[in-house]
Amino acid sequence: MKLTLKVWRQAGPQDKGQFETHQLDDISDEMSFLEMLDVLNERLNQQGVEEIAFDHDCREGICGTCSLMINGQPHGPQRGTATCQLHMRKFNDGDTIVIEPWRAKAFPIIRDLVVNRSAFDRIIEAGGYITAPTGSPQDANEILVPKEAADAAMDAAACIGCGACVAACPNGAAQLFTSAKLGHLNLLPQGQPERLKRTEAMVDVMEQYFGSCTNYGECESACPKSISIDFIAQMNRDFASSKLRNRRLQGQR
Amino acid sequence: MSQTTSDRARAARHVEPIKPPKKGKNSVVGFYQTAIGKKYVMAISGIMLLGFVFFHMIGNLKIYLGEDDFNHYAEFLRELLVPIVPRTVVLWLMRGGLVIAFVAHIHSAYTLTVINKKARPVGYQSPRDYQVADYAARTMRYTGIIVGLYLIYHLMQLTWGVGGTEFERGDAYANVVHGLENVPIALVYIVANIALGIHIFHGAWSMFQSLGLNNPRFNSWRKYFAIAFSAIITIGNVSIPIAVMTGIAK
Ligand code: SF4
Ligand code: FES
Repeated sequence: MKLTLKVWRQAGPQDKGQFETHQLDDISDEMSFLEMLDVLNERLNQQGVEEIAFDHDCREGICGTCSLMINGQPHGPQRGTATCQLHMRKFNDGDTIVIEPWRAKAFPIIRDLVVNRSAFDRIIEAGGYITAPTGSPQDANEILVPKEAADAAMDAAACIGCGACVAACPNGAAQLFTSAKLGHLNLLPQGQPERLKRTEAMVDVMEQYFGSCTNYGECESACPKSISIDFIAQMNRDFASSKLRNRRLQGQR
Repeated sequence: MSQTTSDRARAARHVEPIKPPKKGKNSVVGFYQTAIGKKYVMAISGIMLLGFVFFHMIGNLKIYLGEDDFNHYAEFLRELLVPIVPRTVVLWLMRGGLVIAFVAHIHSAYTLTVINKKARPVGYQSPRDYQVADYAARTMRYTGIIVGLYLIYHLMQLTWGVGGTEFERGDAYANVVHGLENVPIALVYIVANIALGIHIFHGAWSMFQSLGLNNPRFNSWRKYFAIAFSAIITIGNVSIPIAVMTGIAK
């Protein structure tokens, strides 16, 4: 395959940055997208040019490290997969591919295609856990969870924290990520004692860094784990309860 | 004092917030200070405005029943709940509620837009930016502004009688007919009402999401509701200038 790549290059956070064009003519359609970039980097390396920096780790769609805006689509044209799971057979011979970093105020560029996603860590620190004594593990099934609730919580827990939802959102909002993390805990019995406190704390931190939701639905279409925006509605509801409800009466229906 | 590696690493990870942290006020005012709270206000004021738009349209369709029915309806609005309360009191209360809803709707929209612009200062260069967001969702700000400007003109013309067309206080039917006989004005009405329809198509779906009204049992109905509601409003409203232009109402 012959390809023309337009890649964003930026030497550091303060640098202005610009697109750089590269021609590749020895790409097999069996390569993954990141392998294609590896080929390019190897060539740049041989020419003594600085390689293109991009994030990656597991290369099997579970770590959430990879993060490219490919032709205006986060994680590329294939729905429900991460960049590392994208193969070159999704492209045609002679294509021009534009590769950009995630763009959001909360995700400053570190270099080239690598952005700093630690604002997500700030949200998790605010309440993305349950306060439970550690020690020897409990017996399995000691706390019973309805099958439907367990499935829904599992859907939310599939979020790998990649940031594609923020990248896709014209408002730079992190609603899908935050609601997935909240949904994961708030749907399970173990998450109930801290449910309102957690929702309030995580949303407050989210709003310090990110924009707000206008219900476009772009995040859902970009998410490599196809997390549903239904979780956002649930978060909105829990957040209103956290602000308006008397916590002493939390158990009241 | 020497900087340790972890200090430097922390500094490298530092991200500048766009907003200072909240001071944990759990009141209605504190709720409105959050972005999600503003979305609730947007949705609730939107529901009030949707209710208004709906009954306004139903009332206006009386134009097809003729002058007497239409003017009788206009008078009825002034007489609501008389003699429990004096004449026009209920009308003024409703107007007051609508003004509050409008101000809240516009204020929350404006402040949220400011936040969103800050959160995404740089766009993408690639041609395709939107994958699923429909035309209505993307143009909310513009259709909202069109509807707002049109509303001012509409009030000037048919409530205050300063819109430059023939106006006689109390004769609502004649005022509408005279106001819409003028083709450019009728076209403005048609365009503005289509913009209104597009605006409420997104709003009527979006409000469920903002209010957290989400349940697999009725989720698929939310879109149908939005389609049906906006279609009914648009057809009903647009039909009136057309009826006047074609002489069905005269
Ligand atoms: S919600 Fe989806 S797109 Fe957003 S961070 Fe999680 S996995 Fe990535
Ligand atoms: S590299 Fe781990 S998800 Fe893509």
